[in-house]
Amino acid sequence: MPLLEVAGLKKSFVAPDGLSHPVIDVPEFSLEKESQVALRGESGLGKTTFLHLIAGILKPDAGSIHLGGVNVSNLSESARDRLRSTRLGYIFQTFNLLPAFTCLENLLLAMSFGPGANRDRAQALLGRVGLSGRLHHYPRQLSTGQQQRVAVARALVNGPELVLADEPTGNLDHTNAVEVLRLIRETCAENKAALLLVSHDREALAGFETVIELSQINQVSVQGVSA
Amino acid sequence: MTLARIVAKSLRQHALSTAVTSLSIALACALLMTVWSVKEQARATFTQVDAGFDAVLGARSSKLQLVLNAVFHLEASPANISSNDVAEIQRQPGVALAVPIAMGDNFRGFRIVGTTTNLFTDSEFAPGRRHRLASGRLFDPGRQEAIVGSFAARRLGLKYGDKFQPFHGINFDERHEHEEQYVVVGVLEPSNTPADRVLWIPLEGVQHMSGHAEETSSDVSAALVKLRLPMAGQSLDQIYNKKGDRLTFAWPIGATMADLFNRLAWLDRILALVAALVAIVAAGSILTSIYNSMNERRRQIAIMRALGARRTTIACTILIESMAIALLGSGIGYLFHGAMMQVAAWVIQHQTGVVLEVFAFHPVLVWAPLGMIGLSALAGIVPAIKAYQTDVAGNLAPLN
Repeated sequence: MPLLEVAGLKKSFVAPDGLSHPVIDVPEFSLEKESQVALRGESGLGKTTFLHLIAGILKPDAGSIHLGGVNVSNLSESARDRLRSTRLGYIFQTFNLLPAFTCLENLLLAMSFGPGANRDRAQALLGRVGLSGRLHHYPRQLSTGQQQRVAVARALVNGPELVLADEPTGNLDHTNAVEVLRLIRETCAENKAALLLVSHDREALAGFETVIELSQINQVSVQGVSA
Repeated sequence: MTLARIVAKSLRQHALSTAVTSLSIALACALLMTVWSVKEQARATFTQVDAGFDAVLGARSSKLQLVLNAVFHLEASPANISSNDVAEIQRQPGVALAVPIAMGDNFRGFRIVGTTTNLFTDSEFAPGRRHRLASGRLFDPGRQEAIVGSFAARRLGLKYGDKFQPFHGINFDERHEHEEQYVVVGVLEPSNTPADRVLWIPLEGVQHMSGHAEETSSDVSAALVKLRLPMAGQSLDQIYNKKGDRLTFAWPIGATMADLFNRLAWLDRILALVAALVAIVAAGSILTSIYNSMNERRRQIAIMRALGARRTTIACTILIESMAIALLGSGIGYLFHGAMMQVAAWVIQHQTGVVLEVFAFHPVLVWAPLGMIGLSALAGIVPAIKAYQTDVAGNLAPLN
């Protein structure tokens, strides 16, 4: 049984002109446990929206998203919050670390929303991403590459089954991008978390065995491209 | 990581607005506590100060004026009464003691009061407490000698053996110096009563002071009266106030002062209104401060929500932050309150000799901070609702 099953997923947004514009129309998509899949698509084709729907940040207009047998789209808002804090990890393009919290505190904060703070695990993960000497540094005291490593550790700190990575290398130079990508893949594998990574960068996705073009699964993208 | 830790981080992150808002809460809280404490303590203290006597007999006037003049040494004496009046009330069966006092002179603004040594030997200014000398002895009624209240001695720098010349009138005017010279033969221990601000000399000294009218030299300003039984006051009230029209019998002293405070009840209501407005404005400053910071917090809230924070958790952090600012402000408010009380007590002591207890407990010290915290919680509701409604997906991207 796949870890993630998406069926008939649709999402539209109302534009300023008052008209509803479809963004996501995914008839079918699935992801196996502990697998690592890359979704590639150009900007504006709904990659982030797709991940937000899977994470329960957005509610779909139609369709279902099953994560580990649970239909995310049927869950209440607080149940979706709980899902994100326990079964999902999220890595953002802009890192989204909280500036008032140190590296360690950023991880402990994420844990406090889920299973509860575990200082040893947080320290171990930061050590794993090469930041054992930066536990008490604030994000502003780190390089962009280091900030994204903290974000990687934070995504994994609650032991999620699935990590969603949204353009995780988009703000990094080539060297850092390669390093961070390697780290994401290794740590997800070590923590037995599946990885769904979206990016527009073909080069960044070169190492993935499974790279899916978003346009192949999103009917809106197909229509948009063909138009 | 607890909610408290998240709130602490946020307070530090917005340190300037936290400091400014806390200070406004502190000032509001201190103002509330000080106004109430001074009001209540002043009422309690002024209605309890009776110099150890039950009543004052004086010339026809208001009871309040008599009490303020004879007990608190504040008002001008309405007129004199004769020594026969004092002797007559002393003969009343219900009167245990009547001590004559004569006023009308000062030394550098501090009142000189002529009296008999009975005031110090036969009366207690508070239950079980008589005036005691810190140094020296009581004055000799036949000589130009004085004993000085502790506060007056300290302020005037007078000590045993020092000499001074009285000035005419109850207000200091250096052009009106009397010829007589008095020598300080004793300094009283502090009693925390108006007596501390007085220079006491023999009754005859005031009566025969140079420049005072010779034909009224046997008159006194008033008599302080100690009753054998409280009910004796009723018959004396009948004799002097209801049947007579020449003298006023101010009894009981505490009730007369309470009457003053009752007449000032309108002031209490205004103070309460001002205090309530100050508290509301201070709580409003919390609302404004947090609400204005909501724009910059939106992304932070969205990130926390994306990490799995519940809406209620986010709203709670805002409410707790609001209350934490009030708590911090209340803590600082206690310091301000202590300082304000010191100043208020100093002013009241200088003006009246009555000493307020700066650190005395009053319920306002509990309900004012609690009220501020409650008001702040209410003020936090609007920004908390805004935080609760923050759109996650729309605010995850950096603000440009």
